Parts: sequence; C-alpha cells; structure tokens
Amino acid sequence: MIAVELRKLLGRPRTWVSIGLLCLLPAIVAVLLAVTGIGPAPGEGPALLSAVLSNGTLYPAAALGLVLPIFLPAAVAVVAGDAVAGESAAGTLRVLLVRPVGRTRLLVAKLVSVLVYTALAVCSVALTGYVVGVLLLGRAEPTTTVTSLTVSGTPMTSGQLAWRTALMLGYIGWSMLGVASVSLFLSTLTDSPLGATLGGLAVLVGSTVLVGLDAAESVRGWLPTRYWLSWIDLFRDPILWHDVQRGVLVQAIWIAVLLGAAWAAFSTRDVTS
Amino acid sequence: MIVTRGLTKRFGRTLAVDGIDLQVSEGDRYGFLGPNGSGKTTTVRMILGLVFATCGEIEVLGHPVPERSAAALVDVGALVEAPAAYPHLSARANLDLLEAAGPRAHRLSRALRRERIDETLELVGLGGAGRRPVRAFSLGMRQRLGLAAAVMRRPRLLVLDEPTNGLDPQGIHEIRNLLERLNADGTTVFLSSHLLSEVEQLCTRVGVMDRGRLVAQLAMDDVRRPTGRTVVHVDDPGAALDLLDGGVVERDGGRLVVRDVTVPELTRRLVGAGIAVQEVAPERDSLEGLVLRVTGAGSDRVERPDRVERPDRVERPDRVERPDRVERPDRVERPDRVERPDRVER
Repeated sequence: MIAVELRKLLGRPRTWVSIGLLCLLPAIVAVLLAVTGIGPAPGEGPALLSAVLSNGTLYPAAALGLVLPIFLPAAVAVVAGDAVAGESAAGTLRVLLVRPVGRTRLLVAKLVSVLVYTALAVCSVALTGYVVGVLLLGRAEPTTTVTSLTVSGTPMTSGQLAWRTALMLGYIGWSMLGVASVSLFLSTLTDSPLGATLGGLAVLVGSTVLVGLDAAESVRGWLPTRYWLSWIDLFRDPILWHDVQRGVLVQAIWIAVLLGAAWAAFSTRDVTS
Repeated sequence: MIVTRGLTKRFGRTLAVDGIDLQVSEGDRYGFLGPNGSGKTTTVRMILGLVFATCGEIEVLGHPVPERSAAALVDVGALVEAPAAYPHLSARANLDLLEAAGPRAHRLSRALRRERIDETLELVGLGGAGRRPVRAFSLGMRQRLGLAAAVMRRPRLLVLDEPTNGLDPQGIHEIRNLLERLNADGTTVFLSSHLLSEVEQLCTRVGVMDRGRLVAQLAMDDVRRPTGRTVVHVDDPGAALDLLDGGVVERDGGRLVVRDVTVPELTRRLVGAGIAVQEVAPERDSLEGLVLRVTGAGSDRVERPDRVERPDRVERPDRVERPDRVERPDRVERPDRVERPDRVER
C-alpha cells in the first residue's frame, strides 16, 4: 500500500507544481540579490540573507528560511489535508477500504507519503538554493579552507557548513511534520480536503500569534511554532543546542498526540461518503 | 453468504436500519429493494465494513464483520453508490493501482494482472478506452469501470449498489447479461436497487426494505405466485358480467378479474355462452404489487402536514421505467461502450 501511495504522490502533477513554486521564490530572491547587490543589513530581514551576498553556499539555508514561515507549511498542509479527506471526497476511500485495505495500513501509507513529500520539498528548496546561490552569488575564495562565516561571525569550514545544513534540513522537516499531523488528523474527521488544510494553517497562524503575545508566556513553550526558527542556532558558534532540543521534543509531543488521535478517529469512523 | 442478525444502525437520532435479518445464500441473485432513504445503502455499507453497526451481527462468507472484514472482503467485489476512480489516470491505471493496493497475499502477479485487466475491461465493454483519463469518461463509462473493479478479482460474492445508474437501456441489458453469466459460473450476486424492473428481471430472491426495516424477504417464485383469481379478456364484457354474476371483482374495459373459478372452467362457461375469449390466464402477483403493499412512501417524498395524516393514501414509488419496453434504437452510437477498433469493423 505504501508503494501505491508513493506512486499516486509522484504521479500527480500537483506534487511537482507545488515543489516548483516553492523553489521559485528563493530563485527570484537570489536573482534580485545578485542583480542589485542590495542585501538587508545584518540582523535585519530574513535570516542569513545578509550573509549570502558574500557567499552563495549559505544560500540553501537562507532559501529555506524564506519559505519556512508560510509557503512550506502551506504546501505540506495541502498534501496532508488531502490525504484522507481527498479520497473521501472523491469516493475512492470506500473503493480502497473494500479492496480491502486495512484502515491502519492506509493511514500509515498516507503518513509515509506526506513524509516523502515533505522531504522532497525541503531537499528541492535546499538544492535549488545551492545551485542558484553558487551560480548567481558565487562562492568565497576557494583557496582558503575557511569558506563561510557563522552567524556569530566566526569562520566555518565547508565540511561544517554541509553538516549544519543537513541538520537544519532534518530540523525543518521535523517541524513540518508537526503541521502535517494537524492536517492529517483533521483530514480523518472531514470529507473536505480544503477544510483540513485550512485547519492546519489556522493552528499554525494561531500558534504564531500566541508566540508573539506576552500574556501567553505560560503556554508559549508548548506551542508548535515556538521553536520553528531555532534552526538559526545551528549556524552559531558554538551551536546553541538548548532551543533546538526543546523544539524537537515539543514537536514530537504534538506529532505523537495528533497521529494517535488521527488513528483513533479513522479506525472508528463511519465511511459514508 | 451474507447473514445479519438484528442489524441496527442509528445516526444520531435517526434510526437508519432497524433490526434486520438478512439471509443471502450461495448462488442467489438477491435483489435488495426499497424506496430511497429506506436504509439500503447503509446496510450495504455495514456489510462491507465501511459503517459500523450500532448493534447486531453480520457474517459475510462465514467471517464476522467488521471484526474480520479483511478475510471476508478478499472474496467480495463491490460497487457502492456512484463509481469512483482517480480522474487523472486511465481506466487501466486505476484498475492496476487498485489491484496493487490489496493485501500482499491476495495480489496478482504483474503479468497476470495485465492479462486480467485486459480481460475485465473487455468484459464490461471498455476494451478500447485506452489511455484516456477517467476525467473524460461519461457517467456510463465510469459505471462500467466501477463494475470492472468489482468483478476483476472474480469474487465469490458481488455486492452492487445501484449498478445501472447512468446506463441506457442497452447498457442495463448488457450488465444484466454479464451478471447472469457470472452468477451461472458460481458468483453470488447481491444487488441493491430501487428499480423494480431491474430486480424483477435479474433476481431469484428479494428483500424489501421500508423505513429501516426489512418488511419482506422471499423467493421471486413466491412473489409471482397465483392469487387464485383469473384474468380474462372478452369481446362482450356486458354478457360476461351477466353470466358470471357477482364473480367479477374488477372490470376495466374488456378485461375482467374473476374470483373462485379455474381457467378451464371459466373458459368452458364463457365459450358455452357464446362469448368470444381473447385471452385468459390465472392472475399472478407482481413485484410491484408486493412492494406497494409492504412499503410506504419513500423518504424523499415530503408531504404537507395536513396530507400526512391520511394513512390510506398509498403513493406510488417513482415511475418505474421498463427497459424491455423501450424501443431498441438501431445499433448506432453507444458513447459509453468503447469497442476496440478491430471489433468495430465486424
């Protein structure tokens, strides 16, 4: 069933169009930066953008920083929200279930397919970022072993950069899985894929609002988006692990609870669509 | 093949299915009839493990459902309500995907799958649909594809909910032939429908639902049993009325319904009195008569409050089309039947 879900995901034009659009934004930004040479002042604007002007190899990280606040979670929420509700709305859910496909098996396959989509999206953006970064913004002096600077201003070798970027990909992917589990859970409750997607985004926006609210201090630490931007700490010297670790843990709790709820809801639900 | 005991389903405050005891035996062509909203589809969904019963038991092919649905469903082919398929894929890709989605132990090998898909598409009249995506299919073609998905695995039991929706009389006739053929090869057919004619022509056994209850379940032969009265068409009904004196219970032009008399005796008396007889036969009950007797109006009929009070008023169900009476058009275009080019030539 997992293979079937992957075939459906990869064979669907929507998958590739959405990933293409995700990659488009960082590409446009890179072109503008390269043409004008005007970057945001250090410490202002999107993370790392000021640093990439001097070094394109940092651009994958900057590219992900650009799509992280809304585009990436929106794309993930669309795919996750469509997972069960989309089949339900099209009537294919009942066809699959009487084939028979076990409900737990179907849900696991859907989860894997959302995971693969998230990984594909994150990696494509990073790859596009690397390619346009190196092509348009150039790399730093290849003669030195030190090719980049950390956010803290200390030098970083290209090996360290690759390793930190990989960690960041994993961290952002994990954060996206949080959004995916909200939409997947809602997807098992409703026959409307749009509703499940918007529900996931509503949780995201709501969480972002509360994170910025001082009165929400007591719950802030447990909100799903609280530590989303902590990936920037991976580019400090030394790496600040505290927030990243908390972020992974908080995300894990959300994911476990929501996926459990999704399973409970789906395996007891009457399929009447 | 299908047994239910006290099967009940409640949606919130509505009782959709109320304690029904179905009994479908091997080899039956079982017609599951009832007005719209009488609980047929909910029952079908419970049998297939899509909807969970509030109480009662279901057994399909000897396995309890929903506890062991998977074991039961591998030998069941089903078409529930409108057929569904992935619109951007072709008929072939849809069937292939569905086949690959099944449990590991019940999948066909790749080569066998290809062959079976070809065979099945041919069987339902979609042999030439080729690479066209389902998005471009007409309702009739989608219905055929849904049927293909149901019969592809050569199941022991076919559960079909309104399988001829969207088909023209030719298509209906074709599907009926297909079902009869499959049944002759040993497939039990459970057909849910609100079309009396469809059930009357195909089924060997019927169950009739009304407002969530199974109000009748009997063999078609029993449905068509003689009523004990005789129907006769005569040229001179006036003379016949005088002769039979009180024996006539109904009169409609030259058609008389006579009670307490056998066909030979009636014929002898009429002919003896010099009355020309056009036609004489024992009166038989019909499926329509049975259904009208045991069911009320469908739930899609909403009466005004002041009319609801009249229980003596029996509404006829939706007008029933009889496909056997429809003129056969010259075999021209059948937009939903797509023959292979090489077959069209013949």
